Amino acid sequence: MVSTDSTGTPDPNAGHGSVYDGLLGDDDSHWAFGTSFEDPLAGVDTRVPDDLDAAELAGFCLALGDDALVLSHRLAQWCSNAPDLEDDIALANISLDLLGQARLLLSRAAAADPSLVPALPDGSPVPAEDALAYFREAAEFRSARIVELENGDFAQTIARLLLFAIVRLAAFERLASHADPVLAAIAAKGVNELAYHRDYAARWFVTLAQGTEESRRRLVAGLAQVWPYLSEFQGAYAVGSEAEEVLDQVLAAAALDRPAVGPLTGTGHTEALSRMLAEMQVVARAHPMGQW
Amino acid sequence: MNGTVVSTAYAVAASVTDPEMSMLTLEDLGVLREVQQDGEQVTVTITPTYSGCPAMATMRDDLVRRLTEAGFAAEVKVCLTPAWSSDWITDRGRQALREAGLSPPGPAPQRDGPVTLSLAPTRREIACPRCHSTSVELTSEFGATACKALYRCATCLEPFEHVKEI
Repeated sequence: MVSTDSTGTPDPNAGHGSVYDGLLGDDDSHWAFGTSFEDPLAGVDTRVPDDLDAAELAGFCLALGDDALVLSHRLAQWCSNAPDLEDDIALANISLDLLGQARLLLSRAAAADPSLVPALPDGSPVPAEDALAYFREAAEFRSARIVELENGDFAQTIARLLLFAIVRLAAFERLASHADPVLAAIAAKGVNELAYHRDYAARWFVTLAQGTEESRRRLVAGLAQVWPYLSEFQGAYAVGSEAEEVLDQVLAAAALDRPAVGPLTGTGHTEALSRMLAEMQVVARAHPMGQW
Repeated sequence: MNGTVVSTAYAVAASVTDPEMSMLTLEDLGVLREVQQDGEQVTVTITPTYSGCPAMATMRDDLVRRLTEAGFAAEVKVCLTPAWSSDWITDRGRQALREAGLSPPGPAPQRDGPVTLSLAPTRREIACPRCHSTSVELTSEFGATACKALYRCATCLEPFEHVKEI
């Protein structure tokens, strides 16, 4: 049986062992959660340059990281549900790239301003990136509402991914020369990945728009669902006309006009984010001292 | 600096293989950047391939384990810049990929301005690693790992993986 500590929580490190010991050996890298071994910024100089405001930089990295984390989770929800195996794998790959970006950015935010990281019980093995991902309330997230929305159907998922990838790629091309060398490096690497994501979404967008009557109907409806959230997202990333030009290029190839719906006003988060986080965070929160 | 220590440690680190593509050493993959001696320990610097590649943690773990077995106290550091490029895969690595039935990457895209949108499927001058036919078709830009696309040979009809240009 699995060893437990005094509270009944399974203790994988108990000296008298469990049936799983033979599978795991003494290799710490088997623990995905609650170890610092995988720090994505291990050995990277994370000192904030003198001419930058550390809290401002951290907040910005957190917002960029939260957008990637939340959309990564949404795309992962397609796993085993996509229209065909190739797209199942494609969406999972894009999700994984975004999760990697999120880990780097959340780690960067935590290193620049440790006060952002939620306090956990003394001795908790949870690293800062996981504390930020799993132990913040929805209101503390800095994500834009466009990434929070439910997936909808495949067409709506593609429409959202296209808008996301266009804006984020444009933003990362600018951020690659940011005064913070860590953020600049994360962005430069992200550009190469986002180029693949944007091409994938744009090709499917045109395919659905120019496919059957039904695929076009669904794409138009999906685009109308996500369109009102675009301007908030563009504002958060401060991108210029380059994103608009790419968007127009795709819309022209799809023979579609911009949807006749205005931008959503207000701020804050969607109810969908709360439900998503409830599912994503529940196990980690139940075991703040846990290793997984 | 003891040159012998560094070169011995480098030889150990260079022989560690990619956990997914075991025909490639970390040196041939271009992930291994540097080995330095810091006092009593050696520090190995690696550059991650893709931001989310789950093999990175295993590579770091394998490096520490192999160096420890060889008698070194080892630490692994990450270097994020310049970003890894498939151009860093060595000729020996490309040959190893071919021999294992994988298609090696072509030249990585060179950009001197904004990334251009590509609405048509990516065209690559590649050959089937089994029958060497150049009549191949792209199945998907995304494969079983972050670094590979899926292809099918139109001549021998076998599917194969292509390591993507990045």
